[in-house]
Amino acid sequence: MAIWDPSNETMPRSRLADLQNERLVAVVKRVYDKVPFYRDRFTSAGLTPSDIKSVADLQKIPFTTKEDFRSQYPFGLLAVPKRDVVRIHCSSGTTGKPTVVGYTRKDLDTWSGLVARFLAAAGVTADDTAQIAFGYGLFTGGFGLHYGLEKIGATIVPASSGFTERQLRLMCDFGVTVLICTPSYALYLGEAAVNMGLQEQLKLRVGCFGAEPWTDLMRESIEAKLGILATDNYGLSEVIGPGVAGECTERRGHHIFEDHFIAEIIDPETGQVLGEGQTGELVLTSLTKEALPVLRYRTRDLTALHSEPCACGRTFVRMDRVHARSDDMLIIRGVNVFPSQIETALLEVEGTEPHYQIIVDRAGGMDILTIEVEVNPELFRDEMKAMVALEEALLNRLTNTIGMRPKLRLVEPKSIARSEGKAKRVIDKRKQ
Amino acid sequence: MQVPQISVFLENKVGRMAEVTEVLAANEINIIALSVADTSEFGILRLIVNKPEVAYEKLKGEGFTVMTNFVVAVEVDDTPGGLARILRTLTDASLNVEYMYAFVERSTGRAALIFRFDKEGEAIKVLQAAGVNILQKVDIFQN
Ligand SMILES: [Zn+2]
Repeated sequence: MAIWDPSNETMPRSRLADLQNERLVAVVKRVYDKVPFYRDRFTSAGLTPSDIKSVADLQKIPFTTKEDFRSQYPFGLLAVPKRDVVRIHCSSGTTGKPTVVGYTRKDLDTWSGLVARFLAAAGVTADDTAQIAFGYGLFTGGFGLHYGLEKIGATIVPASSGFTERQLRLMCDFGVTVLICTPSYALYLGEAAVNMGLQEQLKLRVGCFGAEPWTDLMRESIEAKLGILATDNYGLSEVIGPGVAGECTERRGHHIFEDHFIAEIIDPETGQVLGEGQTGELVLTSLTKEALPVLRYRTRDLTALHSEPCACGRTFVRMDRVHARSDDMLIIRGVNVFPSQIETALLEVEGTEPHYQIIVDRAGGMDILTIEVEVNPELFRDEMKAMVALEEALLNRLTNTIGMRPKLRLVEPKSIARSEGKAKRVIDKRKQ
Repeated sequence: MQVPQISVFLENKVGRMAEVTEVLAANEINIIALSVADTSEFGILRLIVNKPEVAYEKLKGEGFTVMTNFVVAVEVDDTPGGLARILRTLTDASLNVEYMYAFVERSTGRAALIFRFDKEGEAIKVLQAAGVNILQKVDIFQN
């Protein structure tokens, strides 16, 4: 597949090292001068910018975390005057304040180019018609992909999220070849296409998915139902949004765009940097962001890095697809399970957000995953047939999403304890 | 023509059903007929009561998942084969019964059945054509 930016994406490692050193020194000096937060951090650590001469000195710099974004809410981390910021995005603030990021005009251009890289790596060209089923808004997914597709010259159908039947109708009518959304929504669209008998009319060939962890099982299922090559891309709003890394068609991990980001893997407990191939938490430093550069940002995403050359010709390191976040993952019978996956699966079945609780227990040396779902009036029917069908639909959806069959219990409303208005989602009895 | 039915979602917890009946009693609501469908995990309690709107509001207010829909009440001949004749009529017309349950109609002391049909309108026509007495709302609630 075409390489979007060959002079950078295939640059020899030695030249890349020089470029990273040069850009790191510059960004450190800039944030030290412009961002009181970083200056204070350096001072507390007894550092000055002159201590950072190359990437080899990176480990001296303290980590930046999501909590730092919250404490600097909203604009404390900006490294440019507010008038130079042309866009603001935020992450969803499910707990506490959202994390706010800003972009200069040049940042938007850089971002577009990075998204174009992974789109091209997935095989997207100007001949494609791409439907964006990500929400457009504060979330970086919709706009990020939009810019990248414009850069490539593909025809964009900015469908935004939801309205599944309409999404499929547009795809058929417009001959859409590329689908952009979350993997779980892709799976849902695939199932809907099968149910509506639209598989034959779809012209899709590539899917570029991101924004949530997914399993190989989901990938196979999406590919079979939609008849596509399903690719994953990686990014997070605190660093830039989608466009940190993306899979090439070799599908042996995601190339990290190292001319713009330095990647490290650390032990999430000790903060020690780990070696090649070892799984730990991904830490990213942005080298070219103007409005909001980050130094050693802890992503909480668990992955490993691999540097042996890739057949595609790109010289950038590859990271494993993110299966896990360091803070909310459950390991059940060796399978990584995320509350967010379960939530998404439940949402997809009925389109309403039911209250649920995940209970993990152990009996006879076996982990048991039970998911309790409160039956609200939207889900309730007077016919047993309908209730059993609901139970089956939920179970199938959950099994597909998490890659193992849980136990499901339909329970009465409000039977799941709530504290501060929010239900406690996970009870891990193995730890009690 | 059709009779309002209240359905309540119940986890199979001891005492949950008692709580439903207590809510009804406290609001002076009479239960005319009831049935329970259940699996090992949960149940659906279906009720015909004399004050369905009040029952719905009060149960909902107590935090139960509750819904109202309409079912068909049919009088059964007090002769051998009375029920068989009704079911045969439905079967011959290829009409599915989602569920049914029996009760005694107090004004006449005769047996009656509650039917939940898939195709309700059609079922009512077929039964009427066969001379089956479909109970009006008043028949049940006058007691
Ligand atoms: Zn590659």
